[in-house]
Amino acid sequence: MPIFSLVPWVVLIPVIGLSINLLLGRRLGEAFSGALATLAAGGSFVVAVLLAVGLSRDPHPVVVPFVDWITLGDFSARWAFRVDTLSVTMMLVVAGIGTLIHLYAIGYMHADVHHQGDPGRFTRFFVYLNLFIAAMMILVSADNFLMLFVGWEGVGLCSYLLIGFWFEKGKDGIANARAAKKAFIVNRIGDFGLLIALFLMVANFGSLDFSVVFEKAPALAAAAPGVLLAMTLFMLLGVTGKSAQIPLYVWLPDAMAGPTPVSALIHAATMVTAGVYLIIRSTPLFVLAPVAQATVTWVGALTAFFAATIALGQFDIKKVLAYSTISQLGFMVAAAGMGASVAAMFHLITHAFFKALLFLAAGSVILGMEKGHERAHQFDESGHKSAGFDPQDMRNMGGLRDRMPTTYWVYLIGALALSGIPPLAGFFSKDEILHAADQYHNLVFWILLLTAFLTALYMGRQLILVFGGTVRTRAAGASTENGAIILLPLILLAILTVLGGLINFPGLWTLDHWLEHTLEGLPPAVFSPLTALISVLIALGGLGTAYLVYLVTGQVIESNSPDPLERLGFLWKGIAARWKVDELYEAIIVRPYQRLAHFLASPIDQGLIDGISAGLAWLMQFFAELLRRLQNGFVRSYALVVLFGVVAILTYVVLVR
Amino acid sequence: MNYSLLILTFFPLIGLPILLFLREEQKNAIRWSALLVSLVTFGLSLWVLSRFQPEAGLQMQIDLPWLNIAGIRVSFQMGIDGLSILLVLLTAFLTPLAILSTWESVTEQVKGFMMFFLMLETGMLGVFLAQDLVLFYIFWEFTLIPMYFLIGIWGGARRIYAAVKFFLFTMAGSVLMLLAILYLGLAGKSFSLSELATNRAMFANAQTWLFLAFAAAFAIKVPVWPLHTWLPDAHVEAPTAGSVILAGVLLKMGTYGFLRFNLPLFPQAALSFAPAMAVLAVIGILYGAIVSYQQKDVKKLVAYSSVSHLGFVMLGIFALTPRSLSGSILQMINHGLSTGALFLIVGMLYDRRHTREMSAYGGIWKVVPVLGALMLVVTLSSAGLPGLNGFVGEFTILMGSFASPVLNSPWFAGVATLGVVLAAVYLLVMFEKVFLGPLTHEENRTLKEITPREVVVLLPILILIGWIGLSPNFFFNLISPSVHQLTALLQAAAVAVR
Repeated sequence: MPIFSLVPWVVLIPVIGLSINLLLGRRLGEAFSGALATLAAGGSFVVAVLLAVGLSRDPHPVVVPFVDWITLGDFSARWAFRVDTLSVTMMLVVAGIGTLIHLYAIGYMHADVHHQGDPGRFTRFFVYLNLFIAAMMILVSADNFLMLFVGWEGVGLCSYLLIGFWFEKGKDGIANARAAKKAFIVNRIGDFGLLIALFLMVANFGSLDFSVVFEKAPALAAAAPGVLLAMTLFMLLGVTGKSAQIPLYVWLPDAMAGPTPVSALIHAATMVTAGVYLIIRSTPLFVLAPVAQATVTWVGALTAFFAATIALGQFDIKKVLAYSTISQLGFMVAAAGMGASVAAMFHLITHAFFKALLFLAAGSVILGMEKGHERAHQFDESGHKSAGFDPQDMRNMGGLRDRMPTTYWVYLIGALALSGIPPLAGFFSKDEILHAADQYHNLVFWILLLTAFLTALYMGRQLILVFGGTVRTRAAGASTENGAIILLPLILLAILTVLGGLINFPGLWTLDHWLEHTLEGLPPAVFSPLTALISVLIALGGLGTAYLVYLVTGQVIESNSPDPLERLGFLWKGIAARWKVDELYEAIIVRPYQRLAHFLASPIDQGLIDGISAGLAWLMQFFAELLRRLQNGFVRSYALVVLFGVVAILTYVVLVR
Repeated sequence: MNYSLLILTFFPLIGLPILLFLREEQKNAIRWSALLVSLVTFGLSLWVLSRFQPEAGLQMQIDLPWLNIAGIRVSFQMGIDGLSILLVLLTAFLTPLAILSTWESVTEQVKGFMMFFLMLETGMLGVFLAQDLVLFYIFWEFTLIPMYFLIGIWGGARRIYAAVKFFLFTMAGSVLMLLAILYLGLAGKSFSLSELATNRAMFANAQTWLFLAFAAAFAIKVPVWPLHTWLPDAHVEAPTAGSVILAGVLLKMGTYGFLRFNLPLFPQAALSFAPAMAVLAVIGILYGAIVSYQQKDVKKLVAYSSVSHLGFVMLGIFALTPRSLSGSILQMINHGLSTGALFLIVGMLYDRRHTREMSAYGGIWKVVPVLGALMLVVTLSSAGLPGLNGFVGEFTILMGSFASPVLNSPWFAGVATLGVVLAAVYLLVMFEKVFLGPLTHEENRTLKEITPREVVVLLPILILIGWIGLSPNFFFNLISPSVHQLTALLQAAAVAVR
């Protein structure tokens, strides 16, 4: 279909946008930069919609060749675009949410660059953001694993640049830069796994094209199942990096150092789902390696639970959402591992809606708090700003419901959707995953159910700490609602969150039918009223517990009182300290590496290895010194040597011969 | 007879009489003349490229009778093929940029500096073009002299130590190579590379020792771990332009030597030594990366990173597959570009602050946004980010080595891939220490942003970094036919062994 030849434009439009902004943006001003970047993301979205329209008429996958990239003998990796229902779904999510977040960022970054005192950096933000859209589009539209890897590392770069956007800020002025570096390096560890998987593919299939790899995989599974298992497990290592799963999730909470629109777009809605997409895209490989599938499932389920516990013990409004994202990604990864690809994709989409909504609304809260803080302290007699005020600390909030009503309502919608309250989007998608888990393994089902309870609990806690009770600081008291450019994307995302369940509404199964053109051998879609009932009760139980602990019996609504959950004792200490995983990695990886580097650089390199050459030089000098003594310049000693020589030769001639 | 390579090689020397006629005070005239000569040389190299036919193998050959050693003919024999064309271009490309980078950093004895620099260029071009072993050896040794003086006169505080160390290390290997060359000439009755390669049966019984003798010279030059300790000293003390050429071109003379001599002359020995060489290469990759991380001096960091990066090149060479060999040749160019650019930027910072200690910087991206952005691109190129040149080289090397029938184990490439992770560690640490975080030093607040001249120095490199990253096929097409000839030869040797 000719419309599919438009597909390169999903990448090219944002590239054009960022190029213009790079050259002219700073001269033409904020309004121009923001509008141009938003239009570029929007242009990408329009192309994705056109592709979707094309696919709705003819849903067969199409490959659109673009350019040759690497041709080396019989190996070739070209940049070709794959247009099928799976890739176009991802494009719609990325560009759709992306456009809304661009729009939001115009308002948010305007305030942020002034708050941070460097208005010149406004354009740079939108250059990075457009670069991200382009890289993400390369990732999801790739027709081979190498181009997927290009996008995969490309979004990692954007993540690095955007986490470190305020590279001179954060704790001690360096925390943001450190967080960015940590994200890149931890992701590189994952990419190491992905690279090895790619090398295994080239070695065994001779190609990285999806079609060739998937076609030849069954033969390999029969001949060398171990190789296929290694391939998929190394791929999983890549997934744990990008999609923030155990053991590589540790970069994502720190990534919240980036401006809030970045947290929403990259570190919640889109980039971090790339790992889930990779597993779903590689389903033909994973179904051939049941052990790998089981590993994926367990990694996902355990991550979901583990991260949810930590989310319960955080006070930073964005950190709660970050751990929640890790937890929800765990749901998706688990679903993908169980072979419930549609459920995973469904949750990926609805999560993109409500988590983007929650992050953006959290950003709205933070902006409101910052403004409130400035206003409250403007009239201080002392005149100086109180140092160390954290506008993201939920303990400083409270009672924002009346001051920021729109933000409150959309936040409530997002939180309820995340908790799994019907008829919001999250309910349907989470329910599908729970149903699949019920079919798959009892223990996985119970873990995910418990996680669902924790999810409702920490979201209830957050709602109450932020919006409930009474104001706890002057800043919260002086906070006000934000303007339309901030609120409009929130309202649109809230509408998507309310209606998102329709994407795969039980009985209609639109997403199932849509994706079955791309994914073969899908299990039939089933709606289980019993699972649904259990999960709703669990969600209500979680929210109710939060209500009881924090509003009815708790004292947290008063400033500086300890969190009621502290009564959990060591459990609270564990979750509040994030189970000390960062400290563990510091002790078993970072510091030993530093010690090794120190050891190799000093005693080994400068000592031993350089010492050998220095020693050789010294030996040379030593012998030279010895030989020098022979040349002492006295004729009598030369004559003595001659005498010895003559005697020796004569002795030899006379006696030996 | 085709004189183009002769003209190309010796054209830089035309600059010497011109410079002699200029007075030392006419600094700018000296600089511009040297630049002009090197630019014309670059033009000549492009002219050679335009007439280069990738499929034709060794071409534009010239063969002038020259000397007689013990009845064996030494001839002035030159030629160019896919193994050397890119290195010739790289040499001619980097030299004018390096000269242009000295405008503000070399202010004493400019005339001598430029004369040595042009002599160095002739020496390097000769190394890559010589097809006679004696001629090669002369060019090889000839490059030592100007570099020795460039470090020893225009270098840093410990320049004499570094220059002598550089000289002695290289000489130690070269002596062994000279012995091997003489042996080859006597045993094979020729010093011509092509004749020796055809008649290699005549010295096949000694090829283990011959391989090792050549390898000693080349391995020190690369440098292969553990023969690398001259490199950090030489780099730290060398003037910026010297470091650019040292890292950019001189090190590749080592890797090129393996390709040009060790593989075609001693294929069986190459096959049997391949795993050992690959082990050293992998150790070098990891070792260089780990030690880099520990450095406080930026130039030292980049020097150790060269040990790591050239480890990839060595791995690709001794994996002996067409893919890995092509990747290695491309990666030589990539390293020359990225590391050259790194040294240039470090030099620009040094010109401003007169220190290379990373702790003297910090947070300067805010002050010099354009310089910071360019540094980021170069850093990412060095770290192997897809879309930039380094990735294409590393990926093809690792992909080829992973399935190498000679190494016969994915472990070499698998462990080497860890180097990609470690590269991100030391490079991002460096970028963070210098450019990110808060401005910790008052004097950095007034750091000068990149000047137009400096943009002119960096821009051509950045264009190539992007070009190779996005569209490497133009370069692979130049390389591949010669690589296939080489691997066919090795294939035959492997069959002969069985």
